[in-house]
Amino acid sequence: MEALGLLLHGFAVLLTWKTLVLMMVGLVLGIFVGVLPGLGGPNGVAILLPLTFTMDPTSAIVMLSCIYWGALFGGAITSILFNIPGEAWSVATTFDGYPMAQQGRAAEALTAAFTSSFIGSLVAVLLITFLAPMISSFALKFGPPEFFAVYLLTFCSFVGLGREAKHKTVISMSLGLLLAGVGMDTVSGQLRMTFGSAELLRGINFLVAVIGLFGISEILLTMEERLALRGHAASISLRVVLGVWRDLPKYWVTLLRSSFIGCWLGITPGGAIAASFMGYNLAKRFAKDPESFGKGRIEGVFAPETAAHASGTSALLPMLALGIPGSGTAAILLGGLMVWGLNPGPLLFVEHKDFVWGLIASMYLGNVVGLVLVLTTVPIFASILRVPFAAVAPMIVVSCAIGAYAIQNAMFDIWLMLGFGVVGYVFKKIGIPLAPFTLALVLGSRAEDAFRLSMIGSGGDLKVFWSNGLVGSITTLAIALLFWPLIDGLLARVGWTQRARPAPR
Amino acid sequence: MSQTDLEIVVDDPTAPEDDSPAVVSSGTIEIVVCLLLLALAVTLGYDNWHTGASWDSTGPEPGYFPFYLSVILAGGSLYGLVAALITHREAASTFVTRAQARRVMAVFVPTLLFCLVTQFLGLYVASFLLIAGFMRLVGRIALWKSLLTAFLFTAIMFVTFDVAFDVIMPKGPLEAAFGY
Repeated sequence: MEALGLLLHGFAVLLTWKTLVLMMVGLVLGIFVGVLPGLGGPNGVAILLPLTFTMDPTSAIVMLSCIYWGALFGGAITSILFNIPGEAWSVATTFDGYPMAQQGRAAEALTAAFTSSFIGSLVAVLLITFLAPMISSFALKFGPPEFFAVYLLTFCSFVGLGREAKHKTVISMSLGLLLAGVGMDTVSGQLRMTFGSAELLRGINFLVAVIGLFGISEILLTMEERLALRGHAASISLRVVLGVWRDLPKYWVTLLRSSFIGCWLGITPGGAIAASFMGYNLAKRFAKDPESFGKGRIEGVFAPETAAHASGTSALLPMLALGIPGSGTAAILLGGLMVWGLNPGPLLFVEHKDFVWGLIASMYLGNVVGLVLVLTTVPIFASILRVPFAAVAPMIVVSCAIGAYAIQNAMFDIWLMLGFGVVGYVFKKIGIPLAPFTLALVLGSRAEDAFRLSMIGSGGDLKVFWSNGLVGSITTLAIALLFWPLIDGLLARVGWTQRARPAPR
Repeated sequence: MSQTDLEIVVDDPTAPEDDSPAVVSSGTIEIVVCLLLLALAVTLGYDNWHTGASWDSTGPEPGYFPFYLSVILAGGSLYGLVAALITHREAASTFVTRAQARRVMAVFVPTLLFCLVTQFLGLYVASFLLIAGFMRLVGRIALWKSLLTAFLFTAIMFVTFDVAFDVIMPKGPLEAAFGY
């Protein structure tokens, strides 16, 4: 029970006025970002990151992670009241949430959404509290080959398990890894892919790319759509909240199932989006009366929201324990760690106890405070949508530019951001996924270092990746995942696995 | 129960029409993107080959890792190119309609100008011009509201970043006149 003691220590780190105020500011900004169209979790965190450069790492991560929780909460507001998912992972929440609002049960639906978000992240945080220290102490024994094998596993699982066309994932990932290599080579000190440009000497900053890819491109995409909206306004009374909470125990199976799905998909790079849909579909399949889903059933709100939050939170587990982010937003937080001078990886738990346990404690506290905050302030946030997009869009552009410039004080980075904005817009429209790109860009140099160190250690023999049981099984698993679609197809042909047929409707 | 009778209604006066003709199909863009990526992969691959993509006594040379990545990138984009060429004939899904393109340009061009102005006049002047101009010209919002919003937002940004958090932004002649 060492974890409990350390957690209490984390709370002690956290309970200062300054941190609590930062936490509130983070949550409010996060909900704001989650509600606004054209901004989401990753964009919000990326744009607001420069604000934290002058803070100490613990305050900074507390504020940033609170922005993230806030964004997760905020997405539900627009899905339920306006039938507009503020985030992709709240699409499934609209299926039953919006019908509930139409029936005049908006307050009930919102309470259900916020409460289940809370439960989902609580389960995930519990998992992090007890599992992350174990994984990281195990990973302390890792050498370069093991680390490279784990990176390989991450990349391969994106290709093998992703829903996008395989070659598009490969393109996105190799492009990210390549761009991560631009600039000075850390091992030999030689310049690579700079083509004589002094600006490229610094390399392509990960955060600049992210601000362009997610911030600017999202503005361009949002403008393509009709931005008129019409929705319900709601305020939540204590009576409704208590009513929903009284009924909670009835839905424990749904809540538990969704939490489990969410945690699983959050740790593996499946993501909150897949988790929310899977949570919804499974709740529907196991219900006695599946046809009542989609007509305003409260379980239809519980299931996807719990899963989305469990997944969004547990995505931080591999980031903390191994230095490998489980989602786009986690990747940005990882980029932040590096800016603050922390070296992500298993050593974090040893060298920066205050930081890690402060962060974990802030997950508990941030969720409690967030729940109270959203329940009491929904009407204010819903009315943010009255602000015309023509006013919001240029402000977001300016914030993006400030963020991009602040990272290295370079005008070139503002142009780079604009370039990445266009790339992000085009990639999104032709279905090249951005998450593998982000992940590759942030992990690229670490993966390369691990590879080169293992090669130097073994004298250039690739067998080093099968030199012991641990590294061998990770590498083999990675390669199996890379070719998973092929293997799955072969197994099905031989008749080893039964392919689920779509049920007749 | 709760008061859900209050409706929030927001209109979009310059929304793109739904029946606008397509400018270009997704397939065409996919072909163009794959060609560009292929060119990039060849350029980077060549550069890395030059840097040294083989082994020496100390292990892999600096160009080794990125060289093979450019090979993978080239392979992926070649595959994408062929796939897009094959499916191009049948499926013609729209990449962007004319009305959508106009709207996207309505954001992109001001953003481009904003970056240019930032380079010469500093970020805060550019920010004021972008917000006021965009609200007035694209959003058709009253002039005084646009100017006021732009001024307030820019001022808040200045106080937050340059004064409170010491994050220094690029500045031009106007800020210099005030002694910053």
